[in-house]
Amino acid sequence: MKRRDFVQMAGMGAGAMMLPVSMFGNNISAEALLEPGLDPAAKKVLADVALNTARSLGATYADARIGRYLNQYVFTREDKVQNVVNTESFGIGIRVIANGTWGFASTNDVTQDGIKKTTERAVAIAKANSKFQKEPVKLAPTQSHGEVSWKTPIKKDFKDVPISDKVDLLLSANAAAMENGANFVNSALFMVNEQKYFASTDGSYIDQDVHRIWPTFDVTAIDRAEGKFKSRNALSAPMGMGFEYMDGLDSEKLKGPEGLILYRNSYDIVEDATNAAKQAKEMLTAKSVEPGKYDLVLEPNHLGLTIHESVGHPTELDRVLGYEANYAGTSFATIDKWKSGDFKYGSDIVNIFADKTQPGSLGAVGYDDEGVKTKKWDIIRNGVLVNYQAIRDQVAILGQNESHGCCYAQSWNDVQFQRMPNISLEPGKEKYSIEEMIKDVEKGIYIAGRGSYSIDQQRYNFQFGGTVFYEIKEGKIVGMLNDVAYQSNTQEFWNSCVKICDKDDYRMFGSFFDGKGQPSQVSAVSHGCSHSRFNGINVINTGRTI
Amino acid sequence: MAIYTKEEAKKIMEKALSFSTADTCSINLSGSESGNIRYARNSVSTSGHRSNQSLVVESSFGKKSGVATIDEFDDASLEKVVKRSEELAKLSPENPEFMEPLGPQTYDESLSYIKETANISPDYRAEVANSSIKPAAAKDVTAAGFFNDSARFSAKLNSKGLFAYNQSTGMDFTVTMRTNDGTGSGWASRDYNDVSIFDAAEASKIAIDKAVMSQNAKAIEPGKYTVILEPAAANDLLSRMFWSFDARRADEGRSFMSKDDGTKLGQKIVDERVNVWSDPLHPEIPSSTWDGDGLPVKKMKWLEKGVVKNLSYSRYWASQKGVDATPSPSNFIMAGGDASLDDLIKDTKKGILVTRLWYIRSVDPQTLLYTGLTRDGTFYIENGKIKHPVKNFRFNESPVIMLNNLETLGKQVRYNGNLIPYMKIRDFTFTSLSDAV
Repeated sequence: MKRRDFVQMAGMGAGAMMLPVSMFGNNISAEALLEPGLDPAAKKVLADVALNTARSLGATYADARIGRYLNQYVFTREDKVQNVVNTESFGIGIRVIANGTWGFASTNDVTQDGIKKTTERAVAIAKANSKFQKEPVKLAPTQSHGEVSWKTPIKKDFKDVPISDKVDLLLSANAAAMENGANFVNSALFMVNEQKYFASTDGSYIDQDVHRIWPTFDVTAIDRAEGKFKSRNALSAPMGMGFEYMDGLDSEKLKGPEGLILYRNSYDIVEDATNAAKQAKEMLTAKSVEPGKYDLVLEPNHLGLTIHESVGHPTELDRVLGYEANYAGTSFATIDKWKSGDFKYGSDIVNIFADKTQPGSLGAVGYDDEGVKTKKWDIIRNGVLVNYQAIRDQVAILGQNESHGCCYAQSWNDVQFQRMPNISLEPGKEKYSIEEMIKDVEKGIYIAGRGSYSIDQQRYNFQFGGTVFYEIKEGKIVGMLNDVAYQSNTQEFWNSCVKICDKDDYRMFGSFFDGKGQPSQVSAVSHGCSHSRFNGINVINTGRTI
Repeated sequence: MAIYTKEEAKKIMEKALSFSTADTCSINLSGSESGNIRYARNSVSTSGHRSNQSLVVESSFGKKSGVATIDEFDDASLEKVVKRSEELAKLSPENPEFMEPLGPQTYDESLSYIKETANISPDYRAEVANSSIKPAAAKDVTAAGFFNDSARFSAKLNSKGLFAYNQSTGMDFTVTMRTNDGTGSGWASRDYNDVSIFDAAEASKIAIDKAVMSQNAKAIEPGKYTVILEPAAANDLLSRMFWSFDARRADEGRSFMSKDDGTKLGQKIVDERVNVWSDPLHPEIPSSTWDGDGLPVKKMKWLEKGVVKNLSYSRYWASQKGVDATPSPSNFIMAGGDASLDDLIKDTKKGILVTRLWYIRSVDPQTLLYTGLTRDGTFYIENGKIKHPVKNFRFNESPVIMLNNLETLGKQVRYNGNLIPYMKIRDFTFTSLSDAV
């Protein structure tokens, strides 16, 4: 399912009967979410059946992933609960190398017999596909980790929080929006727990417990006489956290311009819905932007998506090599540019790193889905492209001998492949606040929140919108703007980056639904940054009459 | 085998229903068998087969509903899933928009299942890949493609006596050909219920020719141009408009269909040559004759001579407005003309031929403004001839404005389950250039 379809369905609060079971698993009760899964010792016995069967059939490598995926989603609109969905999906995915070729098969029959048969199928597929293989798979070596475990460092497990508390929280946010001038509001809470066990013939047995949460809403204000409607969506971020993200701690709030409140590691949904309603109403009469060149001050919740599209995707090695040519596309950041050692992706102050360990991020895990311990590495250093995102069967192409640890599968029944780690912009080294940044702008626009985003198949030309826009004149915000979108070229854009706020302003944005592959798989990823300024960017006016 | 016959499905669902103690109970049973092959860099990268089946039970007590799902259909499992849905219903908050299940309905016999497609073998899929890779390699071009086929069934039974059953098959194929110097790219797409119509080599040849033809594109200034949109390009913009005929959003004032205190129903919104309808029994694009609620899906006019003829009403919204429920379209058909692509080109003084559009995103839902880019074959036309390939453009355009700027409609082609004509549009808005190939 495409992300757009899912979000549309979520927005409509479509009945649980309409949700595709293959993606989410079987519907269960909220109480059943609390039932413990198999313990690691039992999982080790089952995983060994796969590994031993694969070896006996001539496989030179095998890994088994036993996954239990628990999801809870709550959908509301105005004063109504539309849907509460609890799902569980349990099964095993087995990947092997035989005749130098990958084979994969999966089953929800997690018995010794079911696993044996599935392993046989995986080996048979590998052998059949080896007829088409041009070069045998080359796996970079990885450490044997023995029996280890990792858990997202959460404070409150969503499964322990009663559904009534979650429903009440969303309905309070909706009520706050309606009291403050909204005509409509849809809100939702998405909560995910991946209980993943990985075992491989390299001698690793890894048990992981991964948690994610995403509260979101969409507030709409309408002026029927003028025939206008405007929406303001939530300034929350999907996070790799427990339910403590919903605590709304004052210490995690940052003050933006014009009373805008921005959230770091704790989110106040009622406060944000209140502000959203006021801002949506204000948008109905805001000035339409004059097109032209502006200095843009980009808020992290907004800039995170720009980083995702213009740096995250172009530096995925499988895209660079052409494996995604028929779907997401290829990349302008070609191997020759990287090899030159002086390809200026951005200005000297632009340092972008990949990281699978950042606490609170969606991509954070202890080990990736092929048993590689996760780490942090540079993608852009002092504006120069220095590395890509690559996994065990790819790093040899870069002349490297260690996987970057960013392999992922959305479920036990999908094969793992290279997925985007958290890709983040390092904060500026000198103390520099949002106020100081705005003060330094003569003619500019401040953009907060996510809006429309579109980028070409090699990641050169993009157009981004936002949620809220403010005009900056001679160092001051002078009012709200409408109909704003900016268009640029990735390399020109990052080379026009002149200022980045410091680490006190740093926070993460994320996405639950980064899509790649055919059949398509989704993956969750975060992008951290501070407010940043880009000079002389082309802004267009998107207002039309129909 | 996950595909049950009508009788087998009914038997399982009746058994499940016999365990129900709720006020109302609805059961959906569905299954699919699908296979795929993916290739890139002129080599097969992955292939797979997937079998899915599931039974979904929705039990309701008053306005409280609960849903449970299971993929095993022995008596004990069926009883368990019904009981679980009833427990969940009792714990759920009331849904003020709850609608009781529909009673018995009469459906047309659907045409959406073709045996040949259900019998596709792994060897067939490998041959599809081969039909792309071999000619590509011979022309110094690299192929990347994906072929997916499926056979499915879907059935619905409820405590009010409704029973519905449908079987369908389908296949989708897309291929991207890139010249090895990296300066040219072409693409083709095919989708059918009946695989015997499909010719992988023919589609691959079109993509190869486009890749070669599009090498070393020249940059021309962005601006307003007359464009000839191939059906894939037109469909991907227009479908976003045709799927936005929801009455509730229009009545609520948050749709391009909203107007003052009402909707644009009955109003002319586009050129009078625009006629759009849906029809689940159209032999070229057959689809299910009932929707998820069990409502019969019939031929339905959406735009006639440019006038909005119908909006879709969910059962709840129809009950609020005192009208009949109208399911969303299951496919759409836009009337075309006799002109071939060559005729359209011959008749163009100055314009741009667009193969497809990419990364289309909503910019303003009020005006249905979308942005995106051209991709995989964009050409400059002058005095009735293709002169040279041009660099890709970013566009910002609304399908509503586009259909008001209609010049000519050409022949219809099936794309993505719809029938859509080639079309020539004036003043299509390109706002910047892209270096992407």
